[in-house]
Amino acid sequence: MNSLMKLMTTAAILVATSALTPAFAANTAITVGMVLEPPNLDPTSGAAAAIREVTYANIFQGLTRFDANGAIVPDLAKSWDISADGLTYTFHLATGVKFHDGSPFSADDVKFSLDRARAPDSTNAQKGLFADIASVDVVDPATVKVTLKKPNGSFLFNMAWGDAVILSPKSIATEATNPVGTGPFKFVNWVKGDRVELAKFEGYWGAAPKLDKVTFKFISDPSAAFAAMMAGDVDAFPLFPAAETLEQFKADPRFEVISGNTEGETLLAMNNGKKPFDNIKVREAVAHAINRKEIIDGAMFGYGTPIGTHFAPHNPDYVDLTAQSNYDPEKSKALLKEAGYPDGFTVSLKLPPPPYARRGGEIIAAQLAKVGIKAEITNVEWAQWLEQVFKGKDYDLTIVSHTEPMDIDIYGRDNYYFNYKSDAFKKIMTDLSGTTDPAKRSELLKAAQKRIADDYVNAFLFELPKLGVANAKIVGLWKNQPTPSNDMSEVYWKD
Amino acid sequence: MAPYLLKRLISLVLSLLAASVVIFLVLQVVPGDPASYMLGMNAQPETVEALRQQMGLNEPLVWRYLTWVVGLAHGDFGVSYTYKVPTGELIAQRLWVSLPLALYALLLSTVLALPIGIISAAKRNSAADYGIMGVTQLGIAVPNFWFAMLLVLLFSITLRWFSAGGFPGWNAGFFVALKALTLPAVALALPQASILARVMRSSLLDTLSEDYIRTARAKGLTRGQTLVRHAVRNALIPVLTIIGLQFSFLLAGAIIIENVFYLPGLGRLVFQGITQRDLIVVQSVVMLLVFAVIIITFLVDMAYALVDPRLRSRA
Repeated sequence: MNSLMKLMTTAAILVATSALTPAFAANTAITVGMVLEPPNLDPTSGAAAAIREVTYANIFQGLTRFDANGAIVPDLAKSWDISADGLTYTFHLATGVKFHDGSPFSADDVKFSLDRARAPDSTNAQKGLFADIASVDVVDPATVKVTLKKPNGSFLFNMAWGDAVILSPKSIATEATNPVGTGPFKFVNWVKGDRVELAKFEGYWGAAPKLDKVTFKFISDPSAAFAAMMAGDVDAFPLFPAAETLEQFKADPRFEVISGNTEGETLLAMNNGKKPFDNIKVREAVAHAINRKEIIDGAMFGYGTPIGTHFAPHNPDYVDLTAQSNYDPEKSKALLKEAGYPDGFTVSLKLPPPPYARRGGEIIAAQLAKVGIKAEITNVEWAQWLEQVFKGKDYDLTIVSHTEPMDIDIYGRDNYYFNYKSDAFKKIMTDLSGTTDPAKRSELLKAAQKRIADDYVNAFLFELPKLGVANAKIVGLWKNQPTPSNDMSEVYWKD
Repeated sequence: MAPYLLKRLISLVLSLLAASVVIFLVLQVVPGDPASYMLGMNAQPETVEALRQQMGLNEPLVWRYLTWVVGLAHGDFGVSYTYKVPTGELIAQRLWVSLPLALYALLLSTVLALPIGIISAAKRNSAADYGIMGVTQLGIAVPNFWFAMLLVLLFSITLRWFSAGGFPGWNAGFFVALKALTLPAVALALPQASILARVMRSSLLDTLSEDYIRTARAKGLTRGQTLVRHAVRNALIPVLTIIGLQFSFLLAGAIIIENVFYLPGLGRLVFQGITQRDLIVVQSVVMLLVFAVIIITFLVDMAYALVDPRLRSRA
């Protein structure tokens, strides 16, 4: 009897230990879901946000970078000096840095990468970021000097973009399929259509990441994304496509719903160069016909911050101008009458594929109908949208989110698809790019926001939220999206 | 036989050429420029121009068509605009998912459908027959993606027996990969099996009313012997036609199921190629599918000859 008891106890202990073992071993792998697969992995030659969502801060690093809250912090450049005239930036580079292909990083690579991005045959999607650079000179292996054509207050900000990362000249030919950077994770494998795998880079110069393995898995179908999260196939889905199921995840203690903000100003864009929207009264009427709350509730399941101008509400320079274009259908009707359209009119409304546009479009069409504007909806694909609306300016109304950070300057661009022409606005932008004093810059940015709100260029709807779901045990995922990225360098599993 | 084969071969080449012209032209008419799509909203016009140059989009139309077709003839599918890897490689990777999935589904549906169809016909107007007809009617009516979602809900989310989707790759182990294809194959097989079972049943019923069946019975064969030796074999021709059609459909048309289970198959490659205007990929995959359909039809014709000796002698 005694010996039997002993045997049973031993067996019980053995079973308990073996069952507990996996819990003691720390989990160092993560699978992250993404809706779109990157077309390639070279962030310096393609605009797709998915490229940056895989590579930014994981594989590639730039001179500066965005932190989780959107502030510009040092990256490969440890520090910098700016000359008094604002024309020369001297960057002091981190030392002991190695690329994943084994070659050492130095000032030559910075010169190579920046010169490549601004070359005449460059295919950099954000070539404008480099437009003010006059020359890039190597001072010594750890120092590089960038001379600008004119002072540019946003230069350090520009250098933080995913498009401005530093590449290894040795691996440049295969960058699109086998990216080589200086970041904490190196590229391992890409099963096209399914996943990209990264592994911890042992030779990383900075603080070692806590994860050993990161897998990005591509799931475009919303219900498949839901199933993959629920079944535990995917650990985190930072930009979750099925917003309608978030309540279910909230109620489940296994998961955490992460809602933050992006840099995406969502607009009902109006063709300012075409009748009837060439008339400011009509544009103001449209603005007052829109009920933002109804759109956010209906199309975004309650997530999203209303905006009254083209600027991110979490930015310290933001001015809340939503009251200027409040929901007031009576005023809207009166304005239409004044503008000579007492019975309204019929226009087209072109909607690109994202749910905010397709769902929002239906609601907006219903709201416009109440003041007598008949919006005929046409659904278009992205490629069509770019061709017809963006390039061809062949549209009356469209809904789109402008996701680039700090992109109010688009209102000063000639030939931009809004067809908005304002010398007053352009002057603000010219002054801004020549100003480095923070207080003066803030003033100019506020003036710019007011200018476009006063001109009712577009109906400003809401700031696009970042809605994600993750396993509740994961720590360190970014809440907000200051730039497209899934920075995994500080992510870990808590026990 | 030889002149017949030669004729078939010439018509095969001609249909492929005609298909290539149609596919190429249709894709040229589709609005949307691949270079603008890749560079997005903030790109400068000169950058788009530089990329167009790099992609070879500024060459004349006829020249681009000829380069493509001559390449195809050499087995070179061109380089994908977006992925920047040879399209042939992409297609080969995807075929390793789509082809096994199609075969798996076809196998399931055939193994399931033929016995059911035969039983149903043999026991005509019995309770079993009515039951089978009811269930297969439902199988045809239920959309396969919805059935797929139900499978995921039950086997992945509730029971946790299968993952909700994805494909680990064949080098993860044969059974691991096969397991990943099981739910999608079942979802694809259900409607196909329902159709096939009904075709098998009606075809067998037709044969059973033929004179030679009565003769066979009169000669002293039992019902079962007649069924196996004479009826089923003769009833197989329409069934084979349907199987051939189903295989082409499963290869090219599994796109919705591929989406539900996020499998990296051919269907998703085409779909992604269309949204991203990766025209060279779309062109080549569609061309390959046309080729596959033509070849399968050809093989089905050969299979007729196997089950029906009369077709053999006529050929």
